[in-house]
Amino acid sequence: MELTAMFAALISGFGMTLQIFVITLVGALPLGVLVALARMSSFKPLALLARFYISILRGTPLMLQLMAWMFAPYYIFGISLGPDWKFAACLIGFVLNYSAYFGEIYRSGIQSIPRGQYEAAEILGYTRAQCFCKIILPQVVKRIAPAIGNEIIALVKDTSLAFVLGIMEMFTQAKAIAAALANMTPYLVAALIYWFFTLFVEFVLNKIEKKLSYYHD
Amino acid sequence: MTNENEVLVRIQDIHKNFGKNEVLKGITLNVKKGEVVAIIGSSGGGKSTLLRCATLLETMDAGSLSYGDIEVVKAGASGKSLYDKPAMVEARKKFSLVFQDFNLFPHWTVLRNVADAPHNVLGLTKEEAEARARTFIEKMGLVGKEDMVPCDLSGGQKQRVAIARALAMNPEVLFFDEPTSALDPELTREVLKVIRDLAAEDMTMVIVTHEMRFAAEVADRIIFMDKGVIVEEGPALEVYNNPKHQRTRDFLSQASE
Repeated sequence: MELTAMFAALISGFGMTLQIFVITLVGALPLGVLVALARMSSFKPLALLARFYISILRGTPLMLQLMAWMFAPYYIFGISLGPDWKFAACLIGFVLNYSAYFGEIYRSGIQSIPRGQYEAAEILGYTRAQCFCKIILPQVVKRIAPAIGNEIIALVKDTSLAFVLGIMEMFTQAKAIAAALANMTPYLVAALIYWFFTLFVEFVLNKIEKKLSYYHD
Repeated sequence: MTNENEVLVRIQDIHKNFGKNEVLKGITLNVKKGEVVAIIGSSGGGKSTLLRCATLLETMDAGSLSYGDIEVVKAGASGKSLYDKPAMVEARKKFSLVFQDFNLFPHWTVLRNVADAPHNVLGLTKEEAEARARTFIEKMGLVGKEDMVPCDLSGGQKQRVAIARALAMNPEVLFFDEPTSALDPELTREVLKVIRDLAAEDMTMVIVTHEMRFAAEVADRIIFMDKGVIVEEGPALEVYNNPKHQRTRDFLSQASE
């Protein structure tokens, strides 16, 4: 296999990596808000359920979770889902896992907002929903941006765990090509692509943090 | 012509405990339209708690509270307070509160801090709300600061934005919880000036303050609170110059040291 062919295969794998990355963020960033709200709910059963959810998802390997989503329909319910299920299982695994981490970061941010902000909103007559969406959440976003950025960078590389389901993302591709060529170069190239991509992500995150720096507390 | 003696706030025999600590031991206070009431007393005497109960930030344990003819809190059969949720929403339109540490929304410009609630809570159009906000921003001497964020302002300017924000809601009564305690003397002066101007316009105000001379000068009535009770109340100058109770005398002489 010549170098360009190897490169083309890795790039096509990177396309899949990118899909997992983007869909996980689109799903887990909003879901994390719900996880945080549930975790802080004054309705005890809901708060307890959220704690359990977070505990399981953070307390077991993501790789294992992916396999669980992949095989649960068959081993638990006896349903055989088609080959498309593989990708769906992968996305469910990623979104839920990251929603637990994001949820805890949101919670830390929400709890760091001074009580006076809520009191001022209450005095002015804002509803609780208005207060949360317009006053609290935008401030939370600024406070948690560095922590969320950290998780997003981690996600770039975590996407490689999808290889356990045989999804043709970049790491799976690299592994296959390396085996065929009996040569480590594909891993090196994949590593560089991951790194370049995280550089890009860091660049975007810096832009966002800069945009949010128009005020400080 | 409105009745000069119209009572806007009626606080009746309220009690408040924090755990075993009884912070308010039966406070009764009526505020008439156009009246300026100053509440003084040493820290921990219950002044701020009284204000927080009156502004519904804190739930009282016993007693009643009404704004005009809106009965917000009724004394139940056993004396325990019963809150009326819809009345709370209505009552919040009647008053506003200026905090010690401003509590401006740091991510919004000055203009939005003042204009947002009139638009999104009172339902004014965005243009109307902004026009109203600009009026009060001007009144507070903050022209030119509209597009700044609170972190770019001095403490005195922040507090004046907070006052503009409160006024833009058209409250009938304005409460102040130690409005100058976070400010140095110079900034204190500029905030006291705008409060004095409001008093001259017959704004109804209840002010918890440690500025005794200011209280004596601007208030119609001074209330001295200590250990959860009202020890003495009366016309401002009378209480300030000729306090009747020994505790009031001790407090005022300490305060003027």
